[in-house]
Amino acid sequence: MAIIDWDAYDTAQKVQSGEVSALECVDAALERIASWDSVIGAFLHVDAEGAREKARIMDSTMTREAKAALPLAGVPVAIKDNMVTTDMPTTAASQILKGFRSPYNATVVERLVRAGAILVGKTNLDEFAMGSSTEHSAYKVTRNPWDTERVPGGSSGGSAAAVAARMVPFALGSDTGGSIRLPASYCGVLGIKPTYGRVSRYGLIAYASSLDQIGPLTRSVRDAAKILHIIAGKDPRDATSIDASSVSSEVGPVQIQNVRIGLPEEYFGDGMDSRVRDKIDNVLEQLRSMGARLVPISLPHTRYAIATYYLIAPAEASSNLSRYDGVRYGQRVVGQDLVSMYESTRAKGFGHEVKHRILLGTHALSAGYYDAYYLKAQKVRTLIRQDFENAFKQVDLIVTPTVPDLPFKLGEREQDPLQMYLTDIFTVTTNLAGIPGLSQPIGLADGLPVGLQWMGPPLAEDLILSAAGRLESALTLPQWPMLGGLDR
Amino acid sequence: MSAAYEVVIGLEVHVELKTATKLFCGCANAFGQEPNTETCPVCLGMPGVLPVLNGEAVSLAARAALALHCEIHSYSKFDRKQYFYPDLPKAYQISQYDQPLAENGYVEIGFGEGKRKIGIERIHLEEDAGKLNHIGNRLGDATGSLVDLNRAGVPLIEIVSRPQMHSPEEARQYLTELKTILSYLDISDLRMEEGSMRCDANISLKPSDYTGSLFDLPRVEIKNVNSFRNVQRGIEYEIGRQKERLAQGLAIVRETRGFDDASGTTYSQRSKEEANDYRYFPEPDLPPLVLSEEWLAKQQHMMPELPDSLRAGLLQRGVAERDVQVLVQDPDLYRYWQQAVAEFSDVRQVTNWILSDYSRLMNAHSLSFAAPTVTAKALASLLRLIESGTLSGKMAKEVLEAMFESGETPQAVVKRLGLIQITDQDAIRDIVSSVVMANPAVVKDFLGGKDKALAFLVGQVMKQTKGQAKPDLVNDLLREVIATYA
Repeated sequence: MAIIDWDAYDTAQKVQSGEVSALECVDAALERIASWDSVIGAFLHVDAEGAREKARIMDSTMTREAKAALPLAGVPVAIKDNMVTTDMPTTAASQILKGFRSPYNATVVERLVRAGAILVGKTNLDEFAMGSSTEHSAYKVTRNPWDTERVPGGSSGGSAAAVAARMVPFALGSDTGGSIRLPASYCGVLGIKPTYGRVSRYGLIAYASSLDQIGPLTRSVRDAAKILHIIAGKDPRDATSIDASSVSSEVGPVQIQNVRIGLPEEYFGDGMDSRVRDKIDNVLEQLRSMGARLVPISLPHTRYAIATYYLIAPAEASSNLSRYDGVRYGQRVVGQDLVSMYESTRAKGFGHEVKHRILLGTHALSAGYYDAYYLKAQKVRTLIRQDFENAFKQVDLIVTPTVPDLPFKLGEREQDPLQMYLTDIFTVTTNLAGIPGLSQPIGLADGLPVGLQWMGPPLAEDLILSAAGRLESALTLPQWPMLGGLDR
Repeated sequence: MSAAYEVVIGLEVHVELKTATKLFCGCANAFGQEPNTETCPVCLGMPGVLPVLNGEAVSLAARAALALHCEIHSYSKFDRKQYFYPDLPKAYQISQYDQPLAENGYVEIGFGEGKRKIGIERIHLEEDAGKLNHIGNRLGDATGSLVDLNRAGVPLIEIVSRPQMHSPEEARQYLTELKTILSYLDISDLRMEEGSMRCDANISLKPSDYTGSLFDLPRVEIKNVNSFRNVQRGIEYEIGRQKERLAQGLAIVRETRGFDDASGTTYSQRSKEEANDYRYFPEPDLPPLVLSEEWLAKQQHMMPELPDSLRAGLLQRGVAERDVQVLVQDPDLYRYWQQAVAEFSDVRQVTNWILSDYSRLMNAHSLSFAAPTVTAKALASLLRLIESGTLSGKMAKEVLEAMFESGETPQAVVKRLGLIQITDQDAIRDIVSSVVMANPAVVKDFLGGKDKALAFLVGQVMKQTKGQAKPDLVNDLLREVIATYA
């Protein structure tokens, strides 16, 4: 196995043992990016020199004992470009933040760096994380490593593609309605959206504050646990972060026959691609054969989830994005007066999808419409949360497909926002309920990845990871994507 | 028919809390610093930042709510008030909208029989905006504007009265009493000229036969007036303007008006039609503010004695009603008075000296009782010198002035100026005799029944003794000497 084939777990261990240097790991990642990112388009910014310098410093100044204390010693990492970094620009894939350099680091970045990880670059996304395909970036298109004519999913498409294409062992994404799990599913990697509040949002450019959550995209369950353990925990700078006992850094042994797994009927109805359904059915059979108790359940308010999400998320977004007004940072288009400066700056700086959602959200919060839209959506949100509370009285975990279909072709849904929005149909519910969700690759259908989604009660990440770990060891997964048939 | 309207006034008062740090970040809450030096990513509204509530601000706000007899909610929440302006970095202000910290309080104005409660509708916590400094003269012809965000994020409370004041004078009384109460809490600098206390006034004229809701009356808001006096003037002008319009058969437009200090008039700033839709919604970055019984009890425990109770205490100690008002209005003055009374128990004497002679000196030099030049202890020893007969009242005034100038003790001044009161009867009798001899006509007048004539003679004696003779003694001796000559 080459360095790029290792997951973060192995990479750190080999750096700690001295088998490889941090620089070798960083070089391997940078070479991979240099060779393939012109095809994939995962990165918006790569800091090759900075990363090499940090690796050299680690190699030359740290003793073996000091490295052993760093759980991510020398592990290259990519960060979705909506998390702020002082060493590199942060754009959220928007023109309005072109060239923006943050004066501070996001808490997750600080925690990764403290753990020994080496930041190599910032990854592409749908502008301000609004989208399901990463086609709404102001800068570039990201392609799915399994089929470069297809989208990687979004909005953390750059991070998912970078991990799938073995450019980095792991990356961070953010998930507001499925933005980690959907691209994880489409790119055949693992992605977890933690319980709301589990990971600090300080330094995450807000899209919808009550739904946003940061999580890792990895190539193994054990990496997901390891990374989550490092980035999770109360942050005094985020009042919504929760003070819970941390996620275990190791995947615990769980006897799957003791686990009751709910299958919500609303997620297994019509409209699912039959190829996805076949893969899911196979895995369910496998879980059953491993002794899991599969229990049919109902989450009756599921059908309102998309409508609810597309009121709450744009409403919060319309407020969160107001600060991009050209006054203090980012791009400014000079106008005749203050109002025309605001208007021209925002007209030029934001892309179509972002404007679309700002308009939706502004309308939903307007005097006379608030009760009918925003307030009602909040009430439905409560009902959706209660659906899960009731379900988790009967079952320990829930599984569903992550997405009802396979990765679609670039441009295929661009003209049909509603169809695009429906891509999130199975993932938005966990954000609305604040519970954890994980997408795990379960194999290919027609050469394209299919993902299984695990959902659990609040703070049940350990149980989810353990169950996913058991399944992972039972599955035979394909090796690596072919990057458009060009790679070996 | 101008008498057919009742004036209805409601006031919104913003008070900056003097916490060590800002409401949602760790920046110092300091006035008068170099522009943009007291800022950080959070109060600059940089991408990715989050607010964290300052507990000290909640505590100070709760004290204000308790002092104003409000009900403090154990559950309140924060909301975003959204509008674009360069002094508002996030383009929304974190405030409290439909579930404020406290509601339903009151302020009592007037005294004795005339006492009256003005209701407080609500008190909520919010962050202040920054400041714009316009290059050029006024906003209209400025060539540019500079943004200073030192003030952005400074904690404010907004105190909203009920529309229960009916004259400019009442509005002023309300503000004065509000400020007095808040000043005892020591939660704000309360300086209108620095913007740490700001006032908006809402004025409506209610026809005497009107039975509808006050809320539906056309109402004019006068924004950001910079002194109590100007609040009163603004309201006075506005009442006149509205009455005139109504007399001409014109409607009152619901609008926001500014106050022009120089002309004493108000001018239109924004009509209701142009008003912002603030699109309030709950702040998702902050959990609801939940206050426990224990926490509230602790705040209650930390409350100082408040003006009402202080006034009652002063009346009980025999201080005149008018003096009570003056003493309590300024906590520093009141503390000074307390210290002086602790040293010298003649309440009337202490009160008189503080409120007349010493206050006059302090006012003439624009000094505050926060840092008195004559300590309460020194004032008390001066009063003891009068009591013992060492100094006459007139001499004591002279000594006080000298103490004020030099900071000396009264004893040191007396010694330096040689101001010992002459109580030696024989010495004074000689002077009295010579004065009586020299003024036969005046003596005759006195004997003829003109009591005032005696005052002239006393004056003459005092003049010759350079004021050091004890006046009572001079009086007695004059009568005695005149009697022997008669």
